[in-house]
Amino acid sequence: MKNTFNRRSFLKVSAVAGGGVLFSLQTPGLFAQGRGGAPAPPLNANNFIKVDANGIVTIIAKNPETGQGVRNMLPMLIAEELDVDWKNVRLEQADLDDTKYTAQSSGGSTATPTAWIPMRQVGAAGRMMFVTAAAQTWNVPASQLTTKSGQVIHSASNKSIGYGELASKVAGMPSPDEASLKLKDPSEYKIIGHSHVAYDVKAIATGKPLFGIDVSVPGMQYAVFEKCGVFGGKVASSNIDEIKKMPGIKNAFIVERPDVSMDAVIPGDPGLENGIAILGETWWHAQAARRKLQVTWNEGPRASGSSTAHAAKAAEMMKQAPQKAIRTDGDADGALKSAAKVVEATYSYPHISHATLEPQNCTAIFKDGKLEMWTNSQQPLRGRQLVADTLGLTPKDIKVHMVRAGGGFGRRLTNDYMVEAAWIAKQAGVPVKLVWSREDDMQHDYYRPGGWQHIVAGVDSSGKLVAWKNHFLSFGQGDTFAQAAGMGPTEFPQRFIPNYALHSSVQPLGIKTGALRAPSSNAFAFVIQSFLDECAHAAGKDPVEFRLALLNSAIEQQPAPAAGGGRGGFAAPGLDPDRMKAVVQLAAERSGWGKTKLPRGSGMGVAFHFSHRGYFAEVAQVKVDPANKVRVEKVWVVGDVGSQIINPSGAENLTQGAIVDGLSEMFAQEITVEKGRVVQNNYHQHGMVRMAQAPPEIDVFYSKTTFTPTGIGEPALPPVLPAVANAIFAATGKRVRSLPLSKSGFTLA
Amino acid sequence: MAYKLNVNGHTSTVDVPGDMPLLWVLRDVLDLKGTKYGCGIGQCAACTVHLAGKPAKACLTPVSAVGAQAITTVEGLSADGTHPVQVAWQEIDVPQCGYCQAGQIMAAAALLSKTPKPTDKDIDTAMNGNLCRCGTYLRIRKAIHKAAEMTSASAGTLQTAHKE
Repeated sequence: MKNTFNRRSFLKVSAVAGGGVLFSLQTPGLFAQGRGGAPAPPLNANNFIKVDANGIVTIIAKNPETGQGVRNMLPMLIAEELDVDWKNVRLEQADLDDTKYTAQSSGGSTATPTAWIPMRQVGAAGRMMFVTAAAQTWNVPASQLTTKSGQVIHSASNKSIGYGELASKVAGMPSPDEASLKLKDPSEYKIIGHSHVAYDVKAIATGKPLFGIDVSVPGMQYAVFEKCGVFGGKVASSNIDEIKKMPGIKNAFIVERPDVSMDAVIPGDPGLENGIAILGETWWHAQAARRKLQVTWNEGPRASGSSTAHAAKAAEMMKQAPQKAIRTDGDADGALKSAAKVVEATYSYPHISHATLEPQNCTAIFKDGKLEMWTNSQQPLRGRQLVADTLGLTPKDIKVHMVRAGGGFGRRLTNDYMVEAAWIAKQAGVPVKLVWSREDDMQHDYYRPGGWQHIVAGVDSSGKLVAWKNHFLSFGQGDTFAQAAGMGPTEFPQRFIPNYALHSSVQPLGIKTGALRAPSSNAFAFVIQSFLDECAHAAGKDPVEFRLALLNSAIEQQPAPAAGGGRGGFAAPGLDPDRMKAVVQLAAERSGWGKTKLPRGSGMGVAFHFSHRGYFAEVAQVKVDPANKVRVEKVWVVGDVGSQIINPSGAENLTQGAIVDGLSEMFAQEITVEKGRVVQNNYHQHGMVRMAQAPPEIDVFYSKTTFTPTGIGEPALPPVLPAVANAIFAATGKRVRSLPLSKSGFTLA
Repeated sequence: MAYKLNVNGHTSTVDVPGDMPLLWVLRDVLDLKGTKYGCGIGQCAACTVHLAGKPAKACLTPVSAVGAQAITTVEGLSADGTHPVQVAWQEIDVPQCGYCQAGQIMAAAALLSKTPKPTDKDIDTAMNGNLCRCGTYLRIRKAIHKAAEMTSASAGTLQTAHKE
């Protein structure tokens, strides 16, 4: 049938509510956009579902897709309760519109816990409306009707009718009462819990222009933006007039921002920086001209920072009294004095770049005081606000299209590329596609902040941990940590050790920092779970048994610790020791822990970590040759993220990827600073695991529990680093306390 | 300067500087956006295309060096996404973000045209230049085996849709 689009009917559910609200699907707290955001408006099925006369269902995918699979996952929830066949579902990416879709962000592994109920309710509301339309058509009670595969069925009269035939009748129908919506029993699921190939896989495999960097608009020019290597530096002089005359160059100009923050602690999304924009007829013309650009910068006060000096300062601070007490339970010093054994160690981890394979980019058209933008931001709502504030516009004057991202990992939570593209498009007066070079991307990131932890623990004569004292050395100023550089008062193993002291000291850092996949957890798990391993060996206990005993020692009168790194936009519940014990035991069973006889030079290590509401225990088996080349032979992952894995194929892929990503962080990645600027500029200096280095086997097992489903993008990652470090110790007797592992002489085979 | 290029079976003339990398000619002049920019220095291989049937990094290939060699990009691997590697990628559900996958697919297709039944080691060697930031390596390996099986089962060939 041709021209089906014109015959498409939309579910007009909002209209029938008298211009008001169809049903309130709001769950307080869950839909706040980011931390402390205003309560979101309720959801409306009309905004999510379209059915055409042929029964083809179009479902709106509301969140940014960065590779985490949310583009399948959220529509699968709707389609399940709408009771349609997935093969008849088409997906459409939403533009940014918080009035229709509430939160549209990717971060904190929040999509599953926030959408699990509301998205299914959207589908159930749609289903009920088709049932009502069929009941009216056939003049039978709705209670006699069932649905299946996009059809309403009246079995008593052996009649059925497709949703497509009912679509026109659904328009203008009274809305179902929220209380009347009955969600399916999980045993009835046909879509949820069944693997569905990523909707865009064919488009990806055939090279369709899906990504932000592929956006093309009429009359656009390609922009590069040269910034000072030192954050906040300003242009003193340049040869910009020569650059303007180069072949293929359309324009070049200085972007001046007098108010870039000079605070010691750089804000989370500081926005537009000073620099020089060059616009060309292709990106390469702009980039080639830029190589001839000569700039003298006023680098400002941050030009003196260096990683060497930071390390020296940290070593000095470690010997001094901590600046601040974050938490004190019991008497750690007293308990250490009477402990049978004392274990003491210093751990460290570097700054890391996100290094998304698709460099940052954004396309913008500025016309008649209004902006139209294409972005793959993970937080486009915040990006729009930043652009509005910077350009003196109101958000309603900015239309934002959400485009697929070639990786997020937290990099695109900030929106510097959006505000740059908007500003350059406005100043140039033409449509602009801004694309960062790889070098820009690596040298102007919001880095995972490095740090040091000096921990002293006491074990009693029975092998029980009785004291834990951590001096956490990080970056910041006074009472303020740099972005994503803090540790909270409930970090594990708080509540599991009677005498616990967490103290901190900070020093200024002149580069931007931010959240990287499983923020803080990606570093803290390495420290805490490696050090626990040291304690287990000191206590003469098996590392699994030692951990289970620790999890058995929760002190109930103390408040439950928050999810480590749970920057998910709402307060995460605390660690449940029983759920963690279960995954540790399962990981031990599945890996043959304690039962596998390994050859000399091989070893197994175990670790667990709770973050973003997810419980993960992982076992790594490694082989280390005499030259300290490490082969990670197998990793076992056991996770508990609640009662349901929504898309098993996507979940397994994402989990295996988390393991590979964790190994890259462990073996290959370190950002250092000299003269206030980042030294590394491309993948040859800040690499990632390649195929031959990846573990040939990654066993992924999700243990189904009765809890509400939660996300997996982040919590699967943190335990792999300590599991491998502990396996290296088991294989070699060498304890790794500093990342990346090359600092201890190890490389990935 | 004008260069006559044979891209995916069609001849196009482009007027660009000789040192312009093929990557940017494809993307910004010929509007073939499937070939991706990742690093510009040959470290990630997201820009892998075929030059005369062999894998090449388009970011390091000046347009002046191409000459009459047939260029195949991911858009030209098959007319309709039915090259065995493209089919296997869909069946195995390989991608996460998908940004590196055009390069991975082109490298895999080049491997299979030379080595129809690769071992794991063959695959590791051929694919080691291609970075995947999301870590989909296990599925890439599985999909290459799958493509090899499909090809031998159907006694098909791994020729691209046009002559290289």
